[in-house]
Amino acid sequence: MYKYDQYDQAMVDARVAEFRDQARRRLEGSLSEDEFKPLRLMNGLYLQLHAYMLRVAIPYGTLNSEQMHALGDIADKYDRGYGHFTTRQNLQYNWIKLEDAADILADLSKVEMHAIQTSGNCIRNISSDHFAGASADELVDPRPYAELMRQWSSFHPEFTYLPRKFKICVIASEKDRAAMRLHDIGVQIVKNDEGEIGARFYAGGGMGRTPMIAPMIRDFVPLDQLITYAEACLRVYNRYGRRDNKYKARIKILVHELGRDEYVRQVEEEFAHMLDQGVEPPREELERIKPFFADPDFEDGPKHVDRSDPDFALWVDRNTNRHKHDAYVSAVISLKPVGGIPGDATGDQMRLMAKLAKQYSFDELRIMHTQNVVLPHVKIADLHALWTQLEAAGLGAPNMDSIEDMIACPGLDYCSLANARSIPLAQRISERFDASGKTEKLGELKLKISGCINACGHHHAGHIGILGVDKKGLENYQLSLGGSEAEDTSLAKITGPGFTEDGVIEAIDTVTDVYLQSREDGERFLDTYRRIGMTPFKEALYG
Amino acid sequence: MDNVLGTSPDDVQFRFRDDEVVDHAAVTVDSCCDQTNATAVRIEPGDDARVLLPFLDRLALIEVNFPSFGDGRGYSSARILREAGFTGELRAVGDVGIDQLSHMRRCGFDAFAPDKPLNEEDATRAFATWENVYQASVDNRRTIPQIRHGVNPKARS
Repeated sequence: MYKYDQYDQAMVDARVAEFRDQARRRLEGSLSEDEFKPLRLMNGLYLQLHAYMLRVAIPYGTLNSEQMHALGDIADKYDRGYGHFTTRQNLQYNWIKLEDAADILADLSKVEMHAIQTSGNCIRNISSDHFAGASADELVDPRPYAELMRQWSSFHPEFTYLPRKFKICVIASEKDRAAMRLHDIGVQIVKNDEGEIGARFYAGGGMGRTPMIAPMIRDFVPLDQLITYAEACLRVYNRYGRRDNKYKARIKILVHELGRDEYVRQVEEEFAHMLDQGVEPPREELERIKPFFADPDFEDGPKHVDRSDPDFALWVDRNTNRHKHDAYVSAVISLKPVGGIPGDATGDQMRLMAKLAKQYSFDELRIMHTQNVVLPHVKIADLHALWTQLEAAGLGAPNMDSIEDMIACPGLDYCSLANARSIPLAQRISERFDASGKTEKLGELKLKISGCINACGHHHAGHIGILGVDKKGLENYQLSLGGSEAEDTSLAKITGPGFTEDGVIEAIDTVTDVYLQSREDGERFLDTYRRIGMTPFKEALYG
Repeated sequence: MDNVLGTSPDDVQFRFRDDEVVDHAAVTVDSCCDQTNATAVRIEPGDDARVLLPFLDRLALIEVNFPSFGDGRGYSSARILREAGFTGELRAVGDVGIDQLSHMRRCGFDAFAPDKPLNEEDATRAFATWENVYQASVDNRRTIPQIRHGVNPKARS
């Protein structure tokens, strides 16, 4: 994985010093809270319901064991012994003191980590495929391109006060495991008819209160123009994105209001101009970055596991992904234990995952946007030993992509924006479906829960989505069906009137019954919904 | 009422030019396009900086107003003007704080007239925040990727 050189390290150190100075001015009173707010936000520091929350960037979701270990230590030293992995492949600490924030950033910088641009109206941490560099189906490893864009987008002088936050995702396979088309800019690394590698750009996707799927804006950008093209996309947005209403300020609204074609025309015009401005980094830079992501030294070995232990066999079936080397798999460590808080891990669990990564996965881990952790390169021969240790630490839940593997935002338990709680609902659903044994019957079913309209829990993209709203002072939950964040991106549709907390759990049970009764061979919940439509579900719910 | 627009030389707290401070009242972008003798103009966030491009030769000062520091359109305006070859004074005025200085400088501003005078020591430190930079911009600094590979900034056409 990528290693900082002296320049990268100096940039992060400069930011720590700058933030320490800002925090000092705030504590001395020469900065008002209004003035300090956008500055702390650009360093990932939010003021939440009960305390400050610090969001740590994990670029394209990749980290090494030393970094994971440090995250565990910070959880113990400055927080309450745990952290929360997010849908942006980041980590959040929920109980931070302002006085400690600069020290935490200094601790992070010692392991080449930071909280830069994890918040604020700037280009956020770049996300990617959690199986990058491991999956059998990728064209190339997308991370060198993501790293190139990380450097370009860090402390960008022109794009630090954008109309609104800006999220970029880079993938390099037809299968989309990163919700690419639901980003402000989605980049897919592709090969053209001449066999050259380049970048396909999508723009104007997003969730939030106005969910939109990004249209393609350019089929092929040559690699030596990648940054220049991105710069043109951002400049048009910075100049013309709406600033009169924060709820209409994302690029999706600009692309929608201008129309895709007019946005493309403006970007192309700016791009043509920019090509003369010398903004593209030297091509050698990409070549310098690539070897950091070279394959580790894979060895041949057994291609099958001993399936005599049914619990182990189930975990292997559910939680491993095919690797490009046939003696390896990518192993998913579920952070969704039955009745647990989705995405939470204790300091001890983080240190254990760090140790296991060192032992079994060439020192590397990934964070998934589904709030789980991946050991990308595990020898099939080592799987049983790995699973045994995960089981003992409460990290062996065999539920990847099942209804228990739900995404849930922090909700009203932590978040100052939330209208309803997400966590207790997630806990009750996983307990119920586990106890009834229905999880197994349902197979792949992506449940996503947001505690407010901002959609941090990706409910628009859930096969089943739940949105918590406030109805006359009471928590109320709207149910929606048919969303997908994968390559067949679609937005879920609301079933009808909302439910109470108890009611929505019953409603999920009801819609899954409709599926079980109606499904044809091999159909997932989503496939059945797409085939039979909303009506049978509605009738069962409200009829 | 164009004559009340613009900051006076006394308002300029930081300046990175050796020439005389321009002391003309600025006009609006619209007036600038109509008036052939205006030498100073003020850009508001919603103005298109590119309409000024035909007049750059006669302009000695372009002020870019930041009514609120969170509105970043002025950064694009500044860079566009420098990309087009404007060499006169580019002055950031309005809600300009310590923490915006380094990026503004990178986008081509060479004079700063903040509404609220800034602490000189903090400002000096802020201008020097970045020993090196990742992105190529109109300040023509050699970028980190260029340093890594021993190449010089590309001449802008």
